[in-house]
Amino acid sequence: MKTNDLILQTTTKVVLFIIILFSIHIFFAGHYTPGGGFVGGLLTSGAIILLMLAFDMKTVSQILPVNYIYMAATGLLFAGGTAAGSLFFNVPFLTHAFGHVDLPILGDTALHTATIFDLGVFLVVVGVTMTIIQTIGEDE
Amino acid sequence: MSLLHLAIISPFLLAIFIPILYKLFRNVHTGWFVLPLPILLFSYFLSFITITSNQESITESVPWIPALGVDFIAKVDGLGLLFALLITGIGSLVVLYSIYYLSKDKEKLHTFYVYLLLFMGAMLGVVLSDNLIVLYTFWEFTSFSSFLLIGYWYDREKSRYGAQKSMLITVFGGLSMLGGIILLYLMTGSFNISEIIDQAAVISASPLFIPALICILLGAFTKSAQFPFHIWLPDAMEAPTPVSAYLHSATMVKAGIYLVARMTPVFASEGLWLWLVAGFGIVTLFWGSFNAVKQTDLKAILAFSTISQLGMIMSLLGLGAAALHFDDVKNSFFGAATAAAVFHLFNHATFKGSLFMVVGIVDHETGTRDIRKLGGLMNFMPITFTLAIIGTFSMAGLPPFNGFLSKEMFFTGVIRIIELNIFNFETWGMLFPVIAWVASVFTFIYSMILVFKTFTGKYQPEKLEKKPHEAPMGMLISPIVLASLVIIIGFFPNILSNRIISPALESILPNNTIDVHITFWHGFKPELFMTIGVIAFGLLLFLTLSKWRRIYDLFPKKLTLNRFYDSGLEFIQHASNKLTKTYMNGSIRSYLVYIFAFFIFILGTTLAVKNAFKLDTSKVSSIGFYEVLLALAVVIGSISILFVKSRMTAIILLGAVGYTVSLFYVLFRAPDLALTQLVIETISVALFLLCFYHLPKKKNEEKVRFKLTNAIISVGVGAIVTLIALTAHSNKVFESIAEYYVKNTYTEAAGKNMVNVILVDFRGFDTLFEITVLTIAALGIFAMIKLRMGGGKKNENK
Repeated sequence: MKTNDLILQTTTKVVLFIIILFSIHIFFAGHYTPGGGFVGGLLTSGAIILLMLAFDMKTVSQILPVNYIYMAATGLLFAGGTAAGSLFFNVPFLTHAFGHVDLPILGDTALHTATIFDLGVFLVVVGVTMTIIQTIGEDE
Repeated sequence: MSLLHLAIISPFLLAIFIPILYKLFRNVHTGWFVLPLPILLFSYFLSFITITSNQESITESVPWIPALGVDFIAKVDGLGLLFALLITGIGSLVVLYSIYYLSKDKEKLHTFYVYLLLFMGAMLGVVLSDNLIVLYTFWEFTSFSSFLLIGYWYDREKSRYGAQKSMLITVFGGLSMLGGIILLYLMTGSFNISEIIDQAAVISASPLFIPALICILLGAFTKSAQFPFHIWLPDAMEAPTPVSAYLHSATMVKAGIYLVARMTPVFASEGLWLWLVAGFGIVTLFWGSFNAVKQTDLKAILAFSTISQLGMIMSLLGLGAAALHFDDVKNSFFGAATAAAVFHLFNHATFKGSLFMVVGIVDHETGTRDIRKLGGLMNFMPITFTLAIIGTFSMAGLPPFNGFLSKEMFFTGVIRIIELNIFNFETWGMLFPVIAWVASVFTFIYSMILVFKTFTGKYQPEKLEKKPHEAPMGMLISPIVLASLVIIIGFFPNILSNRIISPALESILPNNTIDVHITFWHGFKPELFMTIGVIAFGLLLFLTLSKWRRIYDLFPKKLTLNRFYDSGLEFIQHASNKLTKTYMNGSIRSYLVYIFAFFIFILGTTLAVKNAFKLDTSKVSSIGFYEVLLALAVVIGSISILFVKSRMTAIILLGAVGYTVSLFYVLFRAPDLALTQLVIETISVALFLLCFYHLPKKKNEEKVRFKLTNAIISVGVGAIVTLIALTAHSNKVFESIAEYYVKNTYTEAAGKNMVNVILVDFRGFDTLFEITVLTIAALGIFAMIKLRMGGGKKNENK
């Protein structure tokens, strides 16, 4: 699927970063406002797909030399690890902890282990979607 | 967790480290790391003898699934201890033997010892668990490890065949045993053997008694290779010889005997148990010994001999169970058979174990096990020859070896059964001594074949692959130890009687009055004359073997059990293949038809039968302008998909329908759902495009024809979904959980976005498994597409 669409390519170069920034925002905002790891992950995958549509798969895999299967596995490890981590504190599996911490620059920030769990979801979603699309797309 | 539990699981624990040790110390034979464990366990179990010989037992319990009455209860009593000693004792000798038998350079030792340790732990678990479910779990583990060990040389076709056969037969038995266990639970409400035995009266009064009895016996008979399930054992001889010596003669095949012995107090109140156990046992005894004579492979002779000896022990257990019906002198009178069973169980392990090792040595040093090629090895292997003489003479029941003593006790047992006047034994009981005697003659013959055809006669060096010589010392130690036991027990049988046999008897026949005192000389009694008759006739028939051997050809080859098994297996494979092909035709369209038709059928019938459809419009809010507009857009979009020609347009239209649905979410104030639906729709359109790219080109002229079945199904699905949606809205069966989330989302999980908090916290388990499933799906797609090309021939060329 080789394309050479100048308008699409130029737009993509700008839009891509907006989508990715938005997805990161959505990911972090998830706890208080609409969003979360799942949507965030899907948005990021959408951005990468857009990149693939505008350019071609080979170029994209050169720009982003990521092994998406590893990414999905890392995500699972994050999610499973957060869930299992609670066992070390003698509380049931998947118990989350949270608190407010005063960080430099950011000020008073709410920290939540659910974020790490959600990061796992984010990584799995990106990893899985991109693995599927990449394998099907590369197959001739 | 007690030391006893640790002892049972220790082989499993060691098995984890074996591959690591194998990789780290390639220069050391892995067997040396394994050997200390069985020796240690053996000495540990020896320490229990003082307890069990006082007719006491030790019970340690660890809760496992208490809600279902399943606890890991380890119990050491006389019977369990006898088996535990056999497992660890013979286990030590077999491991030692295997170190010299299996070359450390050529064999995959780590897998071998992992399987062997798995087996050892599983077998200990079987004989030391008081809970039937735990016993069953370990039981299947023994079948499983036996399967792996028979198939150890999996590049040989015969090994794979034997492994599969043993697996199919023993697992079939294991499953019926599980059925029997569940029936026992239904009758007594307990899985614990000791509690079940206490309720034996309840069980014998229950209508489930006979089904349970048959199910349990199926398990025992398949495991212990009783006729007609014996056919797997000869094929199991494809395993390395140490395995045959260990699993397929000394321990695993005796698990069935263990089960029968253990269950005797539960079931023996009925004549059926006596008849079945004794009957199948005696038939197996005869059939095994009769068939052993015609074999030409040394291990095949031993396999059939093992079948026959197992049958003998089984029939003794059946006959001895008669003792439970008497509590006076007759108890001891009939119970002698059980004492003989226990004694022979022990003796068989010693002489058969040593014989297998001897055959292994012959195989190892000459390269063949075919008695037609062997002969005259006496001069090359004097020690092996001596060991073979001791083993076979004991097996044939000749004095002064231990086999003679138990054979005499066996004759005593079968003769006494004539005097039993319950359960119609007075009529057909006469058959037992007759069959037993005939079978013993054949036992004598094949014992003689085994030793004399191999070690005497003409030496045929041209037929042997290697030049024979005596085995290395390490290989001889184990059979020498066993052969010494054969002789020591032959002369001093009573070192066993109070320490081992009596405690075991107490487990099989509670409150018995049997006085176990084994004597060499009984005086001129029928037993002695039977033995003399066996020797005389046996010698006569052995010497004239070539003349009457042809009777084996009289049996039609088409009617053998093996033929039945093979054709049965072939038929099942063929038929299921045919059946599957009728509906799995490889077309996704047909599969969708099945799925949707099933969906309509199940949900539609449920709705109709339960009379669940209900339309309640009282809680419906008014329909606004935008909703009508969006609904129209969805309907128009969907219908136009049917009429477009190009696939590309169809996909885009489908995407448009999806986007419109997400607008619905916006209207209903569900921003999270709307957002997700929007992105999902984008990505799935991209995916669809990718996948459709791979479909064969559709001809533009091809018209989409109208198909009635498809139309009915699609309308049906739509109708059912609508009905269910309306019904779900109108029926409020439960209090909605929404309120709970509204109240607790911030206080419990410190989040304000309820949807996300549910996903990561309240229902985090769901999410965790969902992403796991997603990853598995991705891996599946990756594997299917990437490996498709590499499969088949291309892969082999690499």
